Amino acid sequence: MEQNNPILYILLAILVTNLIRVLPMLLIKGPIRNTFLRSFLYYVPYVTLAVMTFPAIIETTLTPLAGVVALVVGLVAAWFRLGLFPVSIICCLIVYLIDSLLPML
Amino acid sequence: MEVTDVNNRRHTNSNTLGQDILKGLRDGTPIALGYFAVAFSLGIIAKKAGLTASMGFFSSFFTRASAGEYGVYTLVAIHATYVELIAMCLVTNLRYMLMSAAFSQKLAPGTSWFHRLFMACCITDEVFGISVGHRGYTPPAYTYSAALISSLFWASGCAIGIVAGGMLPTHIVSALSVALYGMFLAIIVPPARRAPNVLYALIASFVLSGLCAIAPVVSEWSSGTRTILLTLLISSVMAWLRPFKNRESNGTE
Repeated sequence: MEQNNPILYILLAILVTNLIRVLPMLLIKGPIRNTFLRSFLYYVPYVTLAVMTFPAIIETTLTPLAGVVALVVGLVAAWFRLGLFPVSIICCLIVYLIDSLLPML
Repeated sequence: MEVTDVNNRRHTNSNTLGQDILKGLRDGTPIALGYFAVAFSLGIIAKKAGLTASMGFFSSFFTRASAGEYGVYTLVAIHATYVELIAMCLVTNLRYMLMSAAFSQKLAPGTSWFHRLFMACCITDEVFGISVGHRGYTPPAYTYSAALISSLFWASGCAIGIVAGGMLPTHIVSALSVALYGMFLAIIVPPARRAPNVLYALIASFVLSGLCAIAPVVSEWSSGTRTILLTLLISSVMAWLRPFKNRESNGTE
């Protein structure tokens, strides 16, 4: 069978991606007692999100400066617990302003 | 003591189902906005792979993986083999295994298999982020509502990107795409204020991630690979140097 039907690729991708999500949840029953493992899993979300944020935030904007300023202001806003939505909007506005104003200077 | 806590929590859960849903929708909204922007650009790639808008919607709604879908669509475009497709899905989504394992510790004891399965399926970087950021055990309704609104925007963004890709000005797409990162910051920074260990982990992550992006050899690897390796490395070292002594630090607060 010729492998050029997008539907088959899509169904396979859906299956594999969701199996990856479900397997650990099904295999781990109840709380983990091992201190190292518990500590490890506690750090995982913070480390993953931090690693994905930097340096990607600087690489995604049109000018690196916009990303740097958005990162710094976002860090400060998050430190003062402004919440998910306000911090996101602030970062977007900063990038929009800098990316559209900078070429005019 | 612990048993009482769990019972109380179950009690509150049934009374606050509506609140959990509302909270999930509220926290899911910035995710949804960020997703829309990212999915829009993903749609442009999906179009090149020959996907129609409805296929893009279907695929994105049920896969919900940015890097994973990007990889899949590039493979569809070149008519790669199914083995390559599976390998691509494994590598780009391996971090979801770690997240699923971590998430299993945030579910109240006695959570049904139905909820365990579907909450696991809801895992994306962002929905996982806010779900584990939820105080105490994560109520299923919270994760479901956040996942639903964000997935709808994610799927719509992809479909609209397929139809109208390239029509939105680039600086608007660029501005929208930082919404995700702003949200990440809002998730990871506040806990660092009350837990110095988290702060150290964040500083280490930022520094090492920055170095790996410019270092020779390592910078050639895909960002997905770097994310997995750095997560394993930094979390292991932190768990070894700064382990938890008491039970309450993970599930309850």
